[in-house]
Amino acid sequence: MTVLASYLPLVPLLAGIATGLFGWRRSTALAAVVGSAGVTTGGVILGTIVVDRGAVIAAGGLVRVDALSAYLILIIGVASLISSAYAVGYIDTELRLGHTTPQGARLYGLLVQIFIACMLIAVSTDNIGVMWVAVEATTIATAFLVGHRRTRAAVEASWKYVVIASVGVSIAFLGIVLLYFASRHASVGAATLRWSQLLAMAGKLDPAVTRLAAGAVIIGFGTKAGLAPFHTWLPDAHSQAPAPVSALMSGVLLSVSFYVLARHKVVIDAVLGPAYMRNMLIAVGLLSLGVAASLLIAQRDYKRLLAYSSIEHMGLVAFGTAIGSPLAVAGALYHMLGHAIAKSVAFCASGEILFDSGTTRIADVRGLLKRRPALGTVFGLALLALLGIPPFSLFASEVAILRAAGAAHLELVMVLAAALLLVAFVSILQHGRQMLLGEPTGGHTDRRTPAIALTTLAIALGASAVLGVTLGPLDRLLTAASRVVAP
Amino acid sequence: MTDSALSQLLGLAIGTALVCAYVVLWRSRLISIVRAIAVQGAAVAVVALTLGLHEHSVEPVAAAVGVFALKAVIIPMLLARWIRQSEELREVDPLINIPASLLAGGLLTLFVYATARQVANLGSDSASRAVPAAIAIVMLGLLVMTIRRKAVTQVAGFLLLENGIALVAFLTTSGLPLLIELGGALDLLLVVLVLHVLAGRMVSAFGATDLNQLQELRD
Repeated sequence: MTVLASYLPLVPLLAGIATGLFGWRRSTALAAVVGSAGVTTGGVILGTIVVDRGAVIAAGGLVRVDALSAYLILIIGVASLISSAYAVGYIDTELRLGHTTPQGARLYGLLVQIFIACMLIAVSTDNIGVMWVAVEATTIATAFLVGHRRTRAAVEASWKYVVIASVGVSIAFLGIVLLYFASRHASVGAATLRWSQLLAMAGKLDPAVTRLAAGAVIIGFGTKAGLAPFHTWLPDAHSQAPAPVSALMSGVLLSVSFYVLARHKVVIDAVLGPAYMRNMLIAVGLLSLGVAASLLIAQRDYKRLLAYSSIEHMGLVAFGTAIGSPLAVAGALYHMLGHAIAKSVAFCASGEILFDSGTTRIADVRGLLKRRPALGTVFGLALLALLGIPPFSLFASEVAILRAAGAAHLELVMVLAAALLLVAFVSILQHGRQMLLGEPTGGHTDRRTPAIALTTLAIALGASAVLGVTLGPLDRLLTAASRVVAP
Repeated sequence: MTDSALSQLLGLAIGTALVCAYVVLWRSRLISIVRAIAVQGAAVAVVALTLGLHEHSVEPVAAAVGVFALKAVIIPMLLARWIRQSEELREVDPLINIPASLLAGGLLTLFVYATARQVANLGSDSASRAVPAAIAIVMLGLLVMTIRRKAVTQVAGFLLLENGIALVAFLTTSGLPLLIELGGALDLLLVVLVLHVLAGRMVSAFGATDLNQLQELRD
């Protein structure tokens, strides 16, 4: 199993290299799909094993896959499967419309797979320094993906994204240096960056230094996780990136960054007690919900609408993690999975709407259900899933998080969070209704969404609905994963 | 190396690094800013080298060689070429003018010196006594990124921030494991290259790298 845990990131990398060598073709695009399916399968196998036998450790502790890592690998696999299956037709259309060149498509195929590989490395290492390097590398891999279209808006978005994300991640590096410093002074020869060792020596780490590190880590990885007030790059980057990349960035990159933050939280909590990180995370969680709710109300652009909805969902994940009880953390992790599926589908569908209408303005899209019934249904259902309507799984996870908040006697914060969720709910519902219902206006292309794309998106929505009813065999993995963060 | 020689050499290198941060704030000619960044990178390398020789360990010495190659040679050369190509030689209208930004930088440094020691006790040897200066460089980097509006000066601010953090790492821990240092250095180089390409695209889309023009995306 150590082989699987160590070499899984090579799978997307190989698919990427194939595209780099042979260019964007049907075969290399399908290789990416197969690779993503391989990552998902790898996540399932690792999950099954670590639940029974505990963490898989390899390469002298560089690689360590426990239940939480396996769960994240699964999320990465599922979202990249949706994204890569959709990208097959998407890039073909971009090429046909002249939005990109064969050279651009080749670069796209290479960078997306490097991006996925970096996320896999970030979640399957024990070394917080390697986590940091991998998170920083995702910024580099996605920089040109955000700027894929080379329009003024795309250049602006990618510049802001690289500058803000790099500064944020540099500040996280300061936090890692401080943790390393604390471990160095814990006892002679104890200097380490390994998460499991830091956790084991938590009692000996200096609290004042750890408190400084906590602040730096929240600012740093919070920036990449899209938490307010460090979120300013997110709506621009996620709305300008090509749809399959938006799906990956919104669906999983935010969660992977939050995962790294959660790993640090475990160590910091063991040193300082739970109150310090709880208060900070509740603050950024509620602020994220507030920012998202207020900007969703009068939103005019449907890709930005989805981006702000990601800030909302990450705020909720931060809120659940902050509460810290096993139920709350399980709810937050469950929410990550539900969000990964629903947001990937919604962004992929938004790419089709953009092809169809040629604009991202909500006001210019009318009567989608009548004009493009299949696409309209998929987009509408994805929005409902994001809103947390049963039977979709985000309903169950939102209920779990709010219930856990009540059980932890955080009633006031719970009511505030629920109120902000309601504002976001009404806003998205209203904007979605305008786009889907009514009489079609404006010219429309005769483009048909490829069957493979529609089928993938429909299956993903079905999976989200099934997950909302029963977790099935995932239940044990989710419980084990939440025990890592809430011991 | 004796303790007094160590603290003198460290003091000299850190002082140089801090002065370089002020030179970045003070000069408006972009090429002077790049030279200051290069000197600062060399100063960071001297700090790593001094600590490595003092502790008789190889890792900081190896890191020093890497830091010198990357931060004093490769990145400054890239930036200098970038300036020659873009024909933008000066920072034309910073958000606040140069005397005011020097004043702001001075106040920031005083603030860091006054508060840093009280927040956490990072040790009492001559290396960790210099940490406030390193944190001041981080803050000056953030200041430069906020008030300067050219692509090159943004990158210069980012490099100040990076150098400051590298100094904190060397002074408190004599550097992180080489693997992480290597990964970090590679990431830094790639970020600078990516920003270089993006700045090129900015010129072809907006006609200049004036960040005040980045106004298309808003709610």
